[in-house]
Amino acid sequence: MIIAERKPVEEIKGFIRDKKRALLIGCRGCVTVCNAGGVKEVEILASLLRLDAKKDDVDLTVDELTLERQCDPEYIEELASLTGGKYDAILSMACSIGPQFIARRYPGEQVYPVLNTCFLGGAMAHGIWAEHCQACGNCVIHLFGGLCPIARCAKSLLNGPCGGSAGGKCEVSDQIDCVWHLIVAKHMEAGALDRLLEVDLLKDWRTSRDGGPRKITREELVKND
Amino acid sequence: MTTQTAENAPAPGREPRIIAFCCQYCAYSAADMAGSMRLQYPPEVEIVLIPCTGRFDVILALRALEKGADGVYVAGCLEGNCHFLDGNIRARKRVNYLKKELESVGIDPGRLEMYNLSASQGPRFAEIAAEFYGRVRDLGPLHKNP
Repeated sequence: MIIAERKPVEEIKGFIRDKKRALLIGCRGCVTVCNAGGVKEVEILASLLRLDAKKDDVDLTVDELTLERQCDPEYIEELASLTGGKYDAILSMACSIGPQFIARRYPGEQVYPVLNTCFLGGAMAHGIWAEHCQACGNCVIHLFGGLCPIARCAKSLLNGPCGGSAGGKCEVSDQIDCVWHLIVAKHMEAGALDRLLEVDLLKDWRTSRDGGPRKITREELVKND
Repeated sequence: MTTQTAENAPAPGREPRIIAFCCQYCAYSAADMAGSMRLQYPPEVEIVLIPCTGRFDVILALRALEKGADGVYVAGCLEGNCHFLDGNIRARKRVNYLKKELESVGIDPGRLEMYNLSASQGPRFAEIAAEFYGRVRDLGPLHKNP
């Protein structure tokens, strides 16, 4: 899923400085699962912003709403009755796709991102998320024991480990496992070190960001009307 | 007759409103004991019974503060003695998290606190209530226009 985290409150307060009515919109997708922008996080942030205003006797209304998803136009459409000057600011608590979709559909609205979209990852434990995928568009993890050297190696090496690997940790930080250490260890355990001696063909990076923004079209799903 | 002390002297402005989320296994029972022992504690402390401090959610404290409370505290079992093993430990983490959030919007984190006590500590319950009341009264009203 997409892992995101909330921007500092100070930055969010800057978005609504001099505004009187704000609509804070959460998303029930990835950011709900990673506890960044679901119903609960919307409640907490809205409450904090209202408290901040109330303690200083500032006139500010912060309304709350959480959409099923903010990356599908059909759900963005639900905002139609709430736009058109009803709010001075729309704060999207989704990954950056949410505010982009809202701003595109409602060009007259002031739309602000409340979250920083961080990476594609999974939960290592409750409250801990780690990057596991870089969306290169050409998955090769089966060649590396199910571990992704592109996302999890600081250099995205396909022929590691590099000289910076020490004691199973990456030279970038002792908090980061050297994924190539894990790949080699896994192959040793499986008695399959030979696999790493094979020379793989060059990876096709055209599916990654190198080709500019990507798009997928599934003709069988596209409605032509 | 109640003795007038610095802790229970009337505040200069309006009296603070305090919400205390009390675990039924310890602090709530301690409040009962304080009552049985005829111990005085500030009547501004309004007790909300919760089944365990693990039930405490930051939104409960935020709503209380939004709706007019000047301070909120959570009172749970002594660490290691939670009926549900670690509800009080988790509550403390939430309280610490919310303290930082409150600070980020310019609210004194002292308006929120976590206490630990056992069911047999009636006097300690009264002491906590008086201590927190004194602290919040010194901080003054949270909202200019509650």
